[in-house]
Amino acid sequence: MMMQQKLRVTLITGRTIEQGVGKEYGKSSPEYYEACSMVYMDAEDMKKLGIKTGAHVLVRTPQGSVVLRAVKYPRSATPGLIYIPYGPWANVVVDDSTTSIGMPTFKGTPAEVEAAPDQPVLSIEELLKKEFGR
Amino acid sequence: MSVINAVTCPICGCLCDDIEVTVVNNEVVKVKNGCAVCEAKYMGYKSEHRIRQPLVRKEGKLVPVSMDEAIHKAAEILANANYPVLYGWSSTNCEAQRVGVELAEEVGGVLDNTAVVCHGPSLMGTQEVGIPTSTLGQIRHRADLIIYWGCDPWSAHPRHLERYTTFTEGRFEDSEWKSYINKVKAVAGKKKLLSAQRVEPHKKPHETVAESLIFNKPPETLQKEGRKLIVVDVRKSMTAEMADYFIQVQPGKDYELMQAIRALIKDEELDVEQVAGVPVDYLREVVDALISCKFGVIFFGMGLTQSAGKFRNIEVAISLIRDLNSRTKFLIMPMRGHFNVSGANIVSAWQTGYAFGVDFSLGYPRYNPGETTSMDVLLRGESDATLVIAADPGATFPKKAIQHMVKHPLIVIDPHLNATAMLGDVVIPSAFVGIEVSGTAYRMDNVPLPLKKVVEPPEGILTDEEILKKILEEVRIIKSKRDEKTEAP
Amino acid sequence: MTEILIKNGFVFDPLNKINGEKMDIAIKNGKIVESVNEQKAKKIDAAGLTVMPGGVDIHTHIAGGEVNTGRMIRPEDHVKDVVSKTSITRSGTGYSIPSTFVTGYRYAKMGYTTVMNPSMAPLGAKHTHEELNDIPLLDKATFPLLGDWWFVLEHLQRGDLEGCARHVAWMLETTKGYAIKIVNPGGLESWGFGRNVHSIDDTVPNFDITPRDIMCGLAKVNKMLNLPHSIHLHTNNLGIPGNYVTTLETMKALENVPTDGRPTCHITHLQFSSFAGDNWGNMKSAAEEISKYINNHNHITFDMGQIVFTDTTTMTADGPFEFTLYQLSGHKWVNTDVETETSGGIIPMHYKRTSAVNALQWSIGLELALLVEDPWKVFMTTDHPNAGPFFAYPKIMAWLISKKARMATLAKCHKKAQKRSLLPSVKRELSLYELAIVTRAGQAKALGLKNKGHLGVGADADIAIYDINPEKIDVAKKYKTARKAFGNAAYTIKDGKIVVKDGEVVQHTDGKTMWLDVKTAEQLKVDEEMKLKFKKYWTVEYENYPVYDHYVKVPEIISVKASV
Repeated sequence: MMMQQKLRVTLITGRTIEQGVGKEYGKSSPEYYEACSMVYMDAEDMKKLGIKTGAHVLVRTPQGSVVLRAVKYPRSATPGLIYIPYGPWANVVVDDSTTSIGMPTFKGTPAEVEAAPDQPVLSIEELLKKEFGR
Repeated sequence: MSVINAVTCPICGCLCDDIEVTVVNNEVVKVKNGCAVCEAKYMGYKSEHRIRQPLVRKEGKLVPVSMDEAIHKAAEILANANYPVLYGWSSTNCEAQRVGVELAEEVGGVLDNTAVVCHGPSLMGTQEVGIPTSTLGQIRHRADLIIYWGCDPWSAHPRHLERYTTFTEGRFEDSEWKSYINKVKAVAGKKKLLSAQRVEPHKKPHETVAESLIFNKPPETLQKEGRKLIVVDVRKSMTAEMADYFIQVQPGKDYELMQAIRALIKDEELDVEQVAGVPVDYLREVVDALISCKFGVIFFGMGLTQSAGKFRNIEVAISLIRDLNSRTKFLIMPMRGHFNVSGANIVSAWQTGYAFGVDFSLGYPRYNPGETTSMDVLLRGESDATLVIAADPGATFPKKAIQHMVKHPLIVIDPHLNATAMLGDVVIPSAFVGIEVSGTAYRMDNVPLPLKKVVEPPEGILTDEEILKKILEEVRIIKSKRDEKTEAP
Repeated sequence: MTEILIKNGFVFDPLNKINGEKMDIAIKNGKIVESVNEQKAKKIDAAGLTVMPGGVDIHTHIAGGEVNTGRMIRPEDHVKDVVSKTSITRSGTGYSIPSTFVTGYRYAKMGYTTVMNPSMAPLGAKHTHEELNDIPLLDKATFPLLGDWWFVLEHLQRGDLEGCARHVAWMLETTKGYAIKIVNPGGLESWGFGRNVHSIDDTVPNFDITPRDIMCGLAKVNKMLNLPHSIHLHTNNLGIPGNYVTTLETMKALENVPTDGRPTCHITHLQFSSFAGDNWGNMKSAAEEISKYINNHNHITFDMGQIVFTDTTTMTADGPFEFTLYQLSGHKWVNTDVETETSGGIIPMHYKRTSAVNALQWSIGLELALLVEDPWKVFMTTDHPNAGPFFAYPKIMAWLISKKARMATLAKCHKKAQKRSLLPSVKRELSLYELAIVTRAGQAKALGLKNKGHLGVGADADIAIYDINPEKIDVAKKYKTARKAFGNAAYTIKDGKIVVKDGEVVQHTDGKTMWLDVKTAEQLKVDEEMKLKFKKYWTVEYENYPVYDHYVKVPEIISVKASV
């Protein structure tokens, strides 16, 4: 199999039960951080990037870029699809276009993923500081 | 120690009202009947992430202030704003929501709730074609075909199947729990068999991948008597694991798939092999199941409202239901997320006529999604102040919207130091609705339920309703003083 | 509290047999009194004005789940009718389903002070009451839908009337309701699986019972409980050509219910149940047949459900009927079935003069009101918003008091309807006295509201004053003047407070919500068995089902002693 530096994928954001539990403990809780600063990827896609679960990846869209922990999606193949749980990390990269109806495109943003072994996954405080200066 | 029965869980739109909470010394020590998220909330609400006192940003840092100072500051911001956004409202009770409408009207702002990033498109779809629906008990008693489309209740509404659909006993339909357990046992048996033959599935990753991408033929059980469960999603979710049949739709192609089903219902021919990744032959069998059921229902979620098509996806989903009703009984229901987002829509609608995205800047309520919705107001950079209550746009809005929000004064009312609070200029801690505050909330099927107060809030912490009333009162004082000034020569 | 003296008005108070006499009305502490201190009292000079009791509406959908869903799905309906905030009033929107505040304001502007919300799914009762709390200036009550409630079906099936009565009493108290509402009996349970019943003797699927059993059973229960109002019935086959046969059969079936002389059944929006013919093409009025029956019997009252030519929204618990409307119109369709209790539906509807069917429906409503001789049996409604919004009442009043007004409208109607209408042959024009009966006195009497609908000593000081001088103008000729006056009360007084002056709201006051506390000799035992059954039937816990006291902002509890 050809190793690739970058993959073009479709980004979907959504709920996970871990994110649901995490948010109830608090947005600055370790549970929330663990649940939301990650990205589910297709097993084959991960191979193409030469990475394993736990590796850091950089997700980039026209809106911005964010570093996340990659996790293999356990239940089915989802080639070309990445899934980030709802949260501040996902929102750095989602397409904000509402197509004039109030709703951003939380599911279906075109994105690029690459391995980012040397870059850290930011905490929520670091992320807010970086993006919004607060 | 006291044990409190029939507590309504203030988390998701299921609004399970059979929770048993044990309280010792004004502290919840045990929760029974709830899901994992419910336990996390009741056990975690008092965690260290709670805001203990009002905060105001001074020289870049949030510093503790008195309640009066925080209220006055908040009122000043709103009274001086030309076009404030008042957003959130979904994790609080209807009593607070009522005051919220009055406050938004008083300050001529935009009143919007989290539906805008959730089921706003569903409300818009409903405004196009209506919605044939029911209360959840009707489904529990009668539904023999249950479809979850673009939603994963196992993750987002953990007790939905157990309380309202597949795994509940109805008057005319039985629970499928036993047959599901048998199925799971059979699968477990198969796995044992595999390991006995020393064929380890994980050693053949290529094949596993290929297997799930190639569609399985719909099982014969789809045409059986009794309850059936179908899941449609872009990836195999936990709920899909339990289904009689899982349809993996290609991302962004739900609209196509539903139109194809509509065509098949009308006995039209499709000149293609597959639609949205689903073989048409299999789709025909699914359509047979739809038509031949006695009572079917589609539950749908963000998979439809947030992906390409948005409210058009909902419109076509409802149109599909309309078509099906010429053949059998078929209903549809959105899986509402926050425990009282339905209430936010309902209260807003009875007071203004509109369920979300209400603009009071002209003195009367106006609604035009894309124009008066909070997201668009923020993205266009029009607002000059924001009040956020009972929601966390700092964690749920796209970056660009938050960037505008933090350019102008931001008031946050929440029990937790959530992402928005971390970004706020005035942060007012509130009591937990449904734990420390009673009130009313509306379930995803618009059934009203009472929320219970099981413990006292910490000293000095007010309820959302109290905080809003104080702000409203203060805003009126500031405005009347200002009017006196302008009237004086 | 201030005292008020209304001086020298022409008073129309039919319950006290006062027909346009010039007299004074004294008010103290929110009640009508014999006299007040003329020096101290605030005086209203009503010379040359018409004084009536505040208007009473026996049937208007103004609050609750169905109404609010109607609001939510129709932004296009609100955008054309917006209401700004003032220093006294809240903002909101109209048109066919006004927001709650606007509902209160608009009723008050017409001199109305009491309204009945006639359709409430018990499971959603909290919602209804939350909205009623937000409707200012009016006294209100609400009727739970009980005709297809499983507990009722099961008890009647067993012939256990007493058990049924105890459950109904419990439900009235539990939902803070006022009367027994029955909609398309048996049809709503059938609709659970997409079916309907088509005659009063069809068997309801899964329950060995017929619509006849349900109506007669509940009418008897109503009597056993001594409820102030009769059963409030929306007939089977509503809105379908030929349905007058079902309506006649229904009225006949109810003849046998024992009575103390009071009516046993109120048939609501009778216009929709008085169609002859067997399809939409040959549909005709059956007002003659229906009115003849009502003229010869005394157990029935009815309200009109009068069509107004406008864009409105139909909403009823009759789910299968709304489905029929959906099939006819293809319009946006809401269906809302409620577990164990009822169903519901919504379809927007534009009634047009140019539609033969709509125009004929318009005619039928007026024919019924004018052909039934005794005005105490007839009440003016539009079944708001089903046949038109309530604020069209002044138009209907004009049609009732003026043949000229009717004929002017008929002349603009579809030719077929003109030909089939009975109106050209109807000479009758209601007097102001009769109008006061059909818009307040009769309604209050039928509802058993002792302090409403009249101006006798002890009555609630709910009063409407209109700028009509009966000595100077003939309202039958000057119907436009009358119409304007009825739409803009010179004064509306609620509980002794002036809330409207010259058609504008001048003061806010919360109205009361009336509900029945029915005392049965043996109270319904809520034991473990009942709770278990509850768990089986509904998806909410027993403890969370009732409308607790705090849900009603200003309650007026009416105690009733049952004879069971």
